[in-house]
Amino acid sequence: MPQVSFEHITKTYGQVPVLKDLNLAINDGDFLVLLGPSGCGKTTLLNLLAGLLDVTDGRIMIGDRDVTDVDPKDRGLAMVFQSYALYPTKTVYGNLKFGLSASKLPKDEVERRIAWAAKLLQIEPLLDRKPAHLSGGQRQRVAIGRALVKNVGVFLFDEPLSNLDAKLRTEMRLEIKKLHDTLHHTIVYVTHDQIEAMTMATKIAVMNGGVIQQFGTPDEIYEQPANLFVAGFIGSPAMNLRRVTLSVANGKTEAVFASGVRFELSDYRFMTPPQDGTTVTLGLRPEHFLVGAGTAADSAATFEVPVQYAERTGPDASAYFVLENDLLALRVEPAVAAGLKPGQLVPVHYLKGKAHLFDAQTGQRM
Amino acid sequence: MAQKALGAEVAVRSAPYFPRQKKRISSRSIGIIVFLSICALFFCIPLYVVVITSFKTMEQIRQGAMFSLPSVWTLEAWDHAWNSACSGINCNGLKVGFWNSVQILFPSLILSIAISMITGYALALWNVRWAGGFLFLLFICAFVPFQIIMFPLISMTAAIKVYGNIWGVAIVHAVLAMPVLTLIFRNYYKDIPQEIMNAAVMDSGSFWKIFTEIILPMSGNILIVVLIMQITSIWNDYLIGVTFGGMGSQPMTVNLANLITISTGTTRYNDNMAAALQTAIPPLVIYFFVGKLFVQGITAGAIKG
Repeated sequence: MPQVSFEHITKTYGQVPVLKDLNLAINDGDFLVLLGPSGCGKTTLLNLLAGLLDVTDGRIMIGDRDVTDVDPKDRGLAMVFQSYALYPTKTVYGNLKFGLSASKLPKDEVERRIAWAAKLLQIEPLLDRKPAHLSGGQRQRVAIGRALVKNVGVFLFDEPLSNLDAKLRTEMRLEIKKLHDTLHHTIVYVTHDQIEAMTMATKIAVMNGGVIQQFGTPDEIYEQPANLFVAGFIGSPAMNLRRVTLSVANGKTEAVFASGVRFELSDYRFMTPPQDGTTVTLGLRPEHFLVGAGTAADSAATFEVPVQYAERTGPDASAYFVLENDLLALRVEPAVAAGLKPGQLVPVHYLKGKAHLFDAQTGQRM
Repeated sequence: MAQKALGAEVAVRSAPYFPRQKKRISSRSIGIIVFLSICALFFCIPLYVVVITSFKTMEQIRQGAMFSLPSVWTLEAWDHAWNSACSGINCNGLKVGFWNSVQILFPSLILSIAISMITGYALALWNVRWAGGFLFLLFICAFVPFQIIMFPLISMTAAIKVYGNIWGVAIVHAVLAMPVLTLIFRNYYKDIPQEIMNAAVMDSGSFWKIFTEIILPMSGNILIVVLIMQITSIWNDYLIGVTFGGMGSQPMTVNLANLITISTGTTRYNDNMAAALQTAIPPLVIYFFVGKLFVQGITAGAIKG
């Protein structure tokens, strides 16, 4: 039984539609990440679930309860905000306690829960401090604590890590993941950061323009992007997308580049039979390239391309080549990247069975 | 060679020094200083005359030297003005008016600030239907002169049986201050981050609980600003007091005016000056004690913290 479900949700601001007939169901214990660029409607969707915004049309269910018109405090949700939203005049203890102010619990139960959350999040020494005297990471812990004490089934996170620096972000990411693994709450988490989404989620809903582009596990989203938007949005460097022409002849399916390079597609699992001569978009992941000679046997195609530049990002390196007047991004070993000279012609192979094909008109996966 | 070395040496020695031109007072700033001095004198000279006259005896005042210091410093005029100066047929001094003013001040303050604070909170942070139209109306109301609505207000206060007593004055003060104060509070609360309000709505959801536990503790700065504004305007008010106070509850300003516009006998300048000072001192004391907080309050919303 789904824990949270959105049924035919429509939301308009005045005349502007933000979400249109959106359906989504989240199972109990799922860690759902709503992922998308700014303005895609992901935060709106979260606020609708929280009850901070009213839906224009449709129904929201939590468990088997219709909460569409229920007050935010009665929905059985807890939320963590991007700016932490701690109450500046209350101590950490006061903040946690106010989180329980709607629940009318006996005093000792309140104390017990605050003590439990403080211990879990290691904020016990901070209980008497005001938010102004806490660091960003500590504030975020308190904000999570204020949600935890409520002991509800569903947690909402609205870009909780985007105000933290890179190191803290990684730490808190693990921390939230750990919390989910221990407590098994259902989590709805909004972010525009694909690394957060890929690392934490059990399910990702990629959104764009108020529409869910794809809903699936992180692996499905990455390995089988449903359309051009998902393909281009997930992955860094982004997937290389090229216009090619399909050639179906002699039992062999190939994609032909404008420059004449033929790309072997015989092992591609088409959902509809390919038509000879159609224009399609070919997607090539940067990490599925091999640089250098001698590996041509299991490659789908080999390009002879000049190096534009290479850059090292730490454990990895990216190299950019020029293919048909456009940059081709590749992930390479740093040692290989160091040996690449700008302008040098290098043979580059693409692994078999790793290509993605999209309809040039609709953008859907073929 | 030698010349070169010498040059280098000079350069080294002079390097750390950056002589700056002595600042000279420009003619423009002289103009500003003169102008400001004249402005200051404009306020200071009358004040000086008021203060020294209040300490003089009538004999010295009759001699006419307005600017001379008192030959004998005396508090006689202060005592007389406070305890036994005549306002009409009552000769109980200014203290009657003082206590009336105090009694008017507190209910007026509490009423006006409480009502406008809660209205401002609701308008800024809750979804109030027609909030925009309501705000516009308040904005218009803030510019309606009191004199225009004086007569309707008199019959309204008479209808609810508060005309002519302290409550009448307090209610009218609260009503008249509400537009401006509501706008001030509303604008202040508008700066509270939406996420804090969202968190509070999810945590508690109660209008009053959020107000008393979250919003009120965050209102310290603006409360001080409004408090000073209101104390000054209520204390210094004359027209509302004289119109709605009736005979028994006229504030100090009305008392003072009656006392000064006495039409029989000689004008007792020293009493009048002392009475004027006594009326003016309470707001000054308030400024003195909370003035520092006042400045902090005014700039508090200026920069996002």
